[in-house]
Amino acid sequence: MDFIAILSIFVMACFVGYYVVWSVTPALHTPLMAVTNAISSVIIVGALIAAAASGSASSKWLGLLGVVLASVNIFGGFAVTARMLAMYKKKDRPVAK
Amino acid sequence: MHEAVAVNPWVALAYLVAGVCFILALRGLSSPATSQRGNRFGMIGMGIAVVTTLVTHVPMQAVGLVLASPTGVIAATGPVFARIDALAVLEILAAIGIGAVIGLVTARRIAMTDMPQLVAAFHSLVGLAAVLVAAAAYLNPEAFGIAMRISPIFGPPIINILPVSRIEMGLGVAIGAITFSGSVIAFLKLNGNMGGKPIMLPGRHAINLATLAAILALIAYFTADQSPWVFWTITVLSFVIGFLLIIPIGGADMPVVVSMLNSYSGWAAAAMGFTLHNTAMIITGALVGSSGAILSYIMCRAMNRSFVSVIAGGFGGDSGGSSTGAAATDRPWKRGSAEDAAFLMSQAEQVIIVPGYGMAVAQAQHVLREMADKLKEHGVRVKYAIHPVAGRMPGHMNVLLAEANVPYDEVFELEDINSEFSQTDVAFVIGANDVTNPAAKTDKSSPIYGMPILDVEKAKTVLFVKRSMGGVGYAGVDNDVFYMDNTMMLLADAKKMVEEIVKSLD
Repeated sequence: MDFIAILSIFVMACFVGYYVVWSVTPALHTPLMAVTNAISSVIIVGALIAAAASGSASSKWLGLLGVVLASVNIFGGFAVTARMLAMYKKKDRPVAK
Repeated sequence: MHEAVAVNPWVALAYLVAGVCFILALRGLSSPATSQRGNRFGMIGMGIAVVTTLVTHVPMQAVGLVLASPTGVIAATGPVFARIDALAVLEILAAIGIGAVIGLVTARRIAMTDMPQLVAAFHSLVGLAAVLVAAAAYLNPEAFGIAMRISPIFGPPIINILPVSRIEMGLGVAIGAITFSGSVIAFLKLNGNMGGKPIMLPGRHAINLATLAAILALIAYFTADQSPWVFWTITVLSFVIGFLLIIPIGGADMPVVVSMLNSYSGWAAAAMGFTLHNTAMIITGALVGSSGAILSYIMCRAMNRSFVSVIAGGFGGDSGGSSTGAAATDRPWKRGSAEDAAFLMSQAEQVIIVPGYGMAVAQAQHVLREMADKLKEHGVRVKYAIHPVAGRMPGHMNVLLAEANVPYDEVFELEDINSEFSQTDVAFVIGANDVTNPAAKTDKSSPIYGMPILDVEKAKTVLFVKRSMGGVGYAGVDNDVFYMDNTMMLLADAKKMVEEIVKSLD
């Protein structure tokens, strides 16, 4: 893919992000931060490529460390978001006594 | 140019699907009812991205004919002689496993009141991961398909990183490093390891601007000279500027800082996405980047401050600015007891509870919900009013109330409930201060002038839970609500006071 194609995807995604994020209810802004945190760890893709490549040992170890950090974020981020979202309940549910 | 990356359309498609899943994950957050499904979309998207990468980048080991080049780099003669490197596969899976255990245990154990710290800590990890990926790509550009190999007749081949990739890589490492060190400082401040008071260095604006200019200049120079010193100087300077940018910002401005760092972590991912030509990373980066930017904007608007003034820092340490608070006690005010408060509220038709950071510090959300339950038994209508900057991160109060089993349809945002205070019998303010200060509407000289506030003073009675009369809010301004005829101050620890009110309601 050439640079312009990639740039087009980026610019379009910024607009999508703008409209999607404004539609998020303010009550869920904390889960929003937690989940954006988790998905920005998609950077793990780059770490996996480095960890799998041959040719440079230091590059490989940096990649492996990146994989560890990003997966802390992925698993932790999604799990903590799920935990928070499970707490939001409507009025009709019986309240635990 | 890019002969190393043969773009398989199925692979590109898989990354695109992952990107779309991430959009759906955020879309789900438009309502609590759809949010859990959204989160599952996020997990599916991440699963697709990771599996696609694992399958298309299996570590290979060269066997058979192996040539050692003069630089010591091993070059296999062709894929025919390569086999799967089982050890490397295991290492990668182990790395994922270690991360998964740490992440899941942390997510399960963390207290909801500590969520701002956790988010800051997670941001720092994304930042550091971006730095590591950029460094790995710099050290092994051929693996990332961003290199041009020139083979002179004599001597070892020269590996040049493509100029456009150098800019992307430079930006990625810079933003990642700023995210990392900035988030570490934000974490230390939120976690209380470091005082919330702004730390002001002399001439800090000049130092910051000079450092930023140096980073940008070096990224530009990097396109002409790919020597290691350029790359590593960019990295080190960026770590330093992240640190310098956050230390002068006070604890109460942390909602803006945390949102801003959220945004940066997105831009770092996007920059690396450009380097790798990966649509999932680019879409995610754009989503996260816009998300953080919008949240910062919402927070700044809720404080009526410009983004620049927040970033310039120096505003607001933690509550209890003793210098301006001393004068407060000269004016007459009324003190109430838990019994008075219980009686007033049980006779009311409607009570609006206004929680703030003080509620989070005292962990009073559970007992507050008990109080609301008791009031409902007395036939009182109970609602909660949330100011956008209440707490230390966007939506902080909502999460705490949800944790205490408060139904989300009893919790209202400022613009939805503000008109109701004039028809409300009791406004119960707990751990909030500046967000109720009418000086924001009337006093042009006040530092919080113009900030939208909750109109608690319009309620028939205001009950104000506060630790003591001496302390003022983070803005260091006295609050006229304290001295009104219809205000009763309940001076105690928030949790103890509410516990006593609950007892008196029996």
